[in-house]
Amino acid sequence: MSNTRNIRPQVLLTVLLLILPLLGLALVIDIIEVNLAERITTLLYINLILVLGLQVYMGNSGILSFAHIGFMGVGAYASAVLTIPVQMKGLALPDLYPVLASAQFSPYVAMIAGALVAATVATVLSYPLMRLSDAAAVITSFALLVVLHTIMVHWSAITNGPRTLFGLPKATGLYLAAFSACTMVGVAVMFKESRTGLLLRAVRDDETAAAAMGAHVSVLRWRGFILSAFMAGLGGSLWGHFITSFSPSAFYLKETFVILGMLVIGGSLTVTGAVVGTVTITVAFETLRITENAVNIAQILPMRLVGLTEIVLAIAMIAILILRPSGIVRGAELGELAVFQRFFTRAMHAKSTIEKQQEESKL
Amino acid sequence: MLSDLLQFSIDALTLGSLYALMALGLVIVYGILRLVNFAYGELIMVAGYTLYLLGGSPLPWLVMAVMAIVMAIFTGIATELVAFRPVRERSVTAVLITSFAFSTLLQNAALLFISPRSRQVPLPDLFSEVVQIGEIIVPVRNLVTIASTILLLALFALILRRTVLGMALRAAASQFRMARMVGVPANLIISTAFAISGLLAGVVSLLWFGRIGSVVPGIGLEPLLVAFIATVIGGMRSLPGAVIGGYVLAMIDTGFNYLLPQDLLAFRDAFTFSIVIFILLWRPQGLMAGPATGQRT
Repeated sequence: MSNTRNIRPQVLLTVLLLILPLLGLALVIDIIEVNLAERITTLLYINLILVLGLQVYMGNSGILSFAHIGFMGVGAYASAVLTIPVQMKGLALPDLYPVLASAQFSPYVAMIAGALVAATVATVLSYPLMRLSDAAAVITSFALLVVLHTIMVHWSAITNGPRTLFGLPKATGLYLAAFSACTMVGVAVMFKESRTGLLLRAVRDDETAAAAMGAHVSVLRWRGFILSAFMAGLGGSLWGHFITSFSPSAFYLKETFVILGMLVIGGSLTVTGAVVGTVTITVAFETLRITENAVNIAQILPMRLVGLTEIVLAIAMIAILILRPSGIVRGAELGELAVFQRFFTRAMHAKSTIEKQQEESKL
Repeated sequence: MLSDLLQFSIDALTLGSLYALMALGLVIVYGILRLVNFAYGELIMVAGYTLYLLGGSPLPWLVMAVMAIVMAIFTGIATELVAFRPVRERSVTAVLITSFAFSTLLQNAALLFISPRSRQVPLPDLFSEVVQIGEIIVPVRNLVTIASTILLLALFALILRRTVLGMALRAAASQFRMARMVGVPANLIISTAFAISGLLAGVVSLLWFGRIGSVVPGIGLEPLLVAFIATVIGGMRSLPGAVIGGYVLAMIDTGFNYLLPQDLLAFRDAFTFSIVIFILLWRPQGLMAGPATGQRT
């Protein structure tokens, strides 16, 4: 690409500092071999991909999108249809179209395909919506989520209707999820630093001024949205091949709320925020869930505890938005923090001194 | 043929009245703050659960109904205090998220403290009676719905036009900052808007539960979606627009019910929402434009 700007060292540092702990976590979990921990961590990586996808659009464009989880569903169903074994299809999807009924691909090919299908659907549907800002944009994205959900619930030939679709081969393991999440961290940071990302952020900060300087608002938002849908689709297909059976209700408001909560609490302006939010909320959620189960099993309270995790998340979101509106991570990426900044300037300074000395010695 | 037409008109009018009230409750807040209240549907849920909880008591139904409406008003004001006031001056996104979070909070509280299963709501006998008009049989609740909506809309219009409160509300909707400068108290007027929103939601809930009979924690989603679509069709910031939008939407919905073949009927929501998206593209401000500005400070 001719319009790629020079990559600043801080950007590379951000990517490294985010990826290394994530990979390290995968290694540790693999070594300790606790089933529950492996399950939670794999889901953490998958959620991270979804949160990063949302960050790519919402963080850079400043527009809240409710449709994101809809694209997760598109990805999950697309890769499901391509991978359910042919002999299972008669049972799982009796009304499937003949062309698809005889098709069966490797789950890894299908995951990419799922992401591409989600991106394609977004490409076709979303361009006209990108003209809208503020509340109108949010309501239409909400409408888009409802449309996608309605289609998933009723298109029985592909989705088995509101019933559970089963028979997906289990293909998502800890390392695949970790590797995909790390790649997406890189993609999200690169998008933010790319020309499109920079212009999109300019539009976010002042739409009128950016448009006056020649930024094509809707095209910029469109690019962000497509990448965002691609990541949602990838997250969805990874999730599908991890959980192996699901129904359309998995891709609706509850999931939207969790993913949005992770991003908002972490800080939607930065990729670092997305990572921090996902990890924080996952830890908090799992702790609460263990408490909830323990209380229910011990029957301490007269009623069963349900929905406690959502209540705590809701209160945390409101509190964060009141007390610290831009989330835990404010404006700066990890690699741009003062500590690393100083380290870098020193390193760069040392490098230039060495170069100068070398040049002098040549003379 | 004539009786079909009459049946269609009464169906559409009944549904339209409900939709119009739902939309009005949403747009009264949107008109002033230019912010969407995602927790709007939960006002209806709260009213429903109030009715359910009072169901066993010996109180006459009308008293229960009034208490349900009062609870809806109270929740409306609570929404403003919790989700709107602290973040009002920040970005649009922040307020949308806090109201979405508050909505989830209320829903899960109902899930936790009452039950995930649906609960019967007490209803007066009048709601299950029917009358015959010409060749068709009409449930009395439909006529009650139409009549009470007309009454409420007339009252609402009168208050907005003739009282000091109404003028203050309209002034705040058109030029919030200017209205404050001439002495309209901002917080009071916003709380009032939320209280009115709660009142409308309370009335809607009585009529809505008259149709469906039971309440579940997720009950608020459909009224919220309906209110969204109706306001978008009618004009995001125009009160008459919201009412018209409600009736138009009911016409479309009822029309789909009559016209769409059975296997496509399941996709009705998808069709309706696609229409919304197209209307917003064609006229981002809706069919009727409201006052031009929207400031929150």
